[in-house]
Amino acid sequence: MNSIHDIGGMHGFGPVIAEESEHVFNEYWQGRVFALRMACTFHEEWNADMGRYARERMPPAQFLSASYYERALFALETLLVESTLISSDELNSGHATAKAPVTSTLQPSAVAAIVRSRRKARIDADVPASFKIGDRVLTSNAQPIGHTRLPRYARGRRGTIDRDHGVFAFADTNAMKRDRKPQHLYSVRFTASELWGPDAPASDSVYLDLWDDYLERA
Amino acid sequence: MTDPDDRDHHHHHHHDGETPHNTPLSGPALRVKALESLLVDKGLIDTKTLDEIVDTYETRVGPKNGARIVARSWVDPEFRKRLLDNATSAIAEFGYIESWAEDMVALENTPKIRNMVVCTLCSCYPWPVLGLPPAWYKSDAYRARAVLDPRGVLKDLGETVPTDVEVRVWDSTAELRYLVIPERPAGTETWTEEQLASLVTRDSMIGVAGLTIPDAQK
Repeated sequence: MNSIHDIGGMHGFGPVIAEESEHVFNEYWQGRVFALRMACTFHEEWNADMGRYARERMPPAQFLSASYYERALFALETLLVESTLISSDELNSGHATAKAPVTSTLQPSAVAAIVRSRRKARIDADVPASFKIGDRVLTSNAQPIGHTRLPRYARGRRGTIDRDHGVFAFADTNAMKRDRKPQHLYSVRFTASELWGPDAPASDSVYLDLWDDYLERA
Repeated sequence: MTDPDDRDHHHHHHHDGETPHNTPLSGPALRVKALESLLVDKGLIDTKTLDEIVDTYETRVGPKNGARIVARSWVDPEFRKRLLDNATSAIAEFGYIESWAEDMVALENTPKIRNMVVCTLCSCYPWPVLGLPPAWYKSDAYRARAVLDPRGVLKDLGETVPTDVEVRVWDSTAELRYLVIPERPAGTETWTEEQLASLVTRDSMIGVAGLTIPDAQK
């Protein structure tokens, strides 16, 4: 969706400033959000793409004024209610009216294993590749209202297939329908001038990881 | 350990020694506390598990993992070749993070090529080898400008890239994670792999900083 999370190429956010000393979690509640997300994901009611789509639906003005972990909190609340693990009444009141229909929770002893066993998006499937390294491609200029990983700054642009990563779950359909739609994922190279015009340094380039469904032959 | 005050004593990352149980909570801190309590009542999470997750990311995952990989790539040309050819399996050779590896790609900096990593659509980052990202990496300023004006962003962070050096920006739009292999600093020819690893910074592996030998070690 064309929302404010898709920020690549925008001006006006000021310089990039590194903090002098920074903790993994600067505040207690930030670590709690991070951990709550992982503990709730254990119930397998959503996947990573659905998680990203939930965050993208935060209203733009609210999104811009929120910090990273506030955005994560919004996404978690959205996913919990949409999956019906909790009701919106329960979220608003803070009071549970009934136990959730789950038989187990993530236990401390299982955290290490969960961290290690991240579900991979790579799929062992024999799907033919539409393109080969060196092919010239044109990206889609569709404007999907659902989740997509083709940023606006790279739509309708010409690039070159730099490498073929193999077969991966397609984020767009995985987020909307839990349909993994296995297909080839490529690293596509775009010259800076193709994306940003003739004043961009001629030697520079931007690489994006893009699926077959985003591409046609240029 | 269900007393929230007791839990709080185990966390020391609050600004100015502030502890959440002494200060009235507001904003996201209050919302997170209410959500955690609701999810416990719903039977969806276990509080001790949250502590374990936070502790894992604060103490057991971090850029030291990536630094060991970079140092090995400097002293072992065969390993470097495997790393550039298939980073996922080469990183798996490090037993301690064997199964933590996501699908990874290693990017080689040379005197003529500088690589730099961003995620314009969210904040994708190679957690298994670098831990959780710094605040600037997740900032709107970095995400907006890294693709459009990478040389300007590098300047913000203290790096000037000569015009005859090519800048390649990698936007992490799919489930591939990027690790930049910085150039080995001159003057380290006699250093051990362990000494070299101590030299490798997080920012150099994101691609926004070069490496030099600290004066004290020259």
